[in-house]
Amino acid sequence: MNQNVAIIGIGYTVPKPKTPEVSYKEMTYLAAQMAYKEAKISPKEVESFVTAAEDLHEGTSIFDEYTPDQLGAVQKPMHTVSGDGIQGIIAAALQIMTGAFDLIVVEGHSKASNIVTPTYVLNYALDPVINRPLNINPHYIAGLEMRAYMQDSKTSEEDVANVVAHNLTRAALNKLAPYGAKISPKKVLSSEPLFEPIRKLHMPQTSDAAYVVVLASERIAKKKVKPVWISGMSFCSDSPTLETRDWTTSISTQIAAEKAYQQAGIKNPAAEIDVFEIDDSFGYKQLQHLEALKVYEKGKAKNIFENGDKQKLSTRVNPSGGTLGVGWMHEATGLHKVLEVVSQLKGKKGKAQIKKAKVGLAQAWRGLPTTTCAVVILKNQK
Amino acid sequence: MLETGIRLHGTALEEEDFKTHRVFYTTDIPKLQYAWDCGVAMGHYLKGLKQGKLLGTYCKKCKRTVIPPRVFCELCFRNMDKWVELKDTGIVNTFSICYVTWDMKKLIYPEIPAVIEIDGASKGKGILHLLAEVDPKQVKLGMKVKAVWKPKSEREGSILDIKYFKPI
Ligand SMILES: [Zn+2]
Repeated sequence: MNQNVAIIGIGYTVPKPKTPEVSYKEMTYLAAQMAYKEAKISPKEVESFVTAAEDLHEGTSIFDEYTPDQLGAVQKPMHTVSGDGIQGIIAAALQIMTGAFDLIVVEGHSKASNIVTPTYVLNYALDPVINRPLNINPHYIAGLEMRAYMQDSKTSEEDVANVVAHNLTRAALNKLAPYGAKISPKKVLSSEPLFEPIRKLHMPQTSDAAYVVVLASERIAKKKVKPVWISGMSFCSDSPTLETRDWTTSISTQIAAEKAYQQAGIKNPAAEIDVFEIDDSFGYKQLQHLEALKVYEKGKAKNIFENGDKQKLSTRVNPSGGTLGVGWMHEATGLHKVLEVVSQLKGKKGKAQIKKAKVGLAQAWRGLPTTTCAVVILKNQK
Repeated sequence: MLETGIRLHGTALEEEDFKTHRVFYTTDIPKLQYAWDCGVAMGHYLKGLKQGKLLGTYCKKCKRTVIPPRVFCELCFRNMDKWVELKDTGIVNTFSICYVTWDMKKLIYPEIPAVIEIDGASKGKGILHLLAEVDPKQVKLGMKVKAVWKPKSEREGSILDIKYFKPI
């Protein structure tokens, strides 16, 4: 990259299923205070702000009008990225790379618990003329994709159940993961079928939390304690049409990853990246994404739990417990993954720490029914 | 016209064409429901309204009292220092006289939304509400007004616990 960009501070509130004690503004203010303290900056020094938000998830249109106060961004440039928070981080990093900015803040939060009719909100992402009239709970789209993926990659329901059980069990070690639980693959396989092959335990549950990330140019970052450098980043959208999309492969992850690897000079991701925090919604997504990320060859991600996992990928992929363990947080989902990777690179993850983690990858999927994914590669040394 | 050879041609349509289904269309009634956590600041504010009180917060660094209250000062970016109970009187900062409803139907009695700078709050800090018991032609900037509250038994912790403001 022609201008190095680093994360110099990251603040958050602990993800929880419900947060009636704070408003979204108060939650974001707490995260912002924490981020600015870590970065040792005042919001007055910040030149531009990015918020990752979707109006329909907030219940307020033109939502970024409501974000300046709680970020200390009054009378500053502010814009919305209506996509995952990693897309927001990339938008901010690109501003720094122009050379016109040194310090930019990205905000993303989830008040998923405040959406009373989430399935209806989700349905609004479908084509209104030819898809919505079918009037089915739109989570069936995950069922369509899981079946096609399993057939194509010769992955079994047992393989997917292993992912779900593994991630939920690991989440139990993560203080930031409210859905951690010791669950066996057998329990996953016997949980209620909802959108077959999707079962109840495949479904990510939602969390509320706020994240504030401070990004800086090298000029500023080199003076800070433990900056985490962005060494590669990209995002991509495939064609959204349900009738004609490729159900077997996450092409958007594949293309975004290829570009990010090229920027970071990574040729063998499984060997060169120490920790991966990636989207594992519905279980099968983790396998599909690992293949798109070229950590495994196509159809081989299911081998992650086989004996002789010499590369210890079952430990290095989603040590946080993933989205299944932490919770789905709409636009903030990817920001939690960035937080987990940054904490790993700083050696702050306690029981879930991957030893000597130097390079990490965070990948996010924008959720049903999208075919948009974002990838960012982080290093604790430039 | 697209170069692929598919011609995009236009046809003028009348409302009648829709009524008689000469054109295809789909209708959709949104089912978007939210229950927003009001948090500390709005929670206290609404509780105050239920008790017939207007609550603001004070920042000693900026020497500002704001209403509606917030728990952090957006200017100096620190926690507010204390809650302040304000009077239910103030002055009209700005107003509009609305002669039509939101779907553009003529109103017999115009609505008068106004921003009322509350007595005890800093200059320019006030609440958005309605004016009533006043001839629209008599409303002036700087006019002194007072809240007209719902009876205590009918208050439910809502901005509508104040029915409107009237001149004093
Ligand atoms: Zn202040």
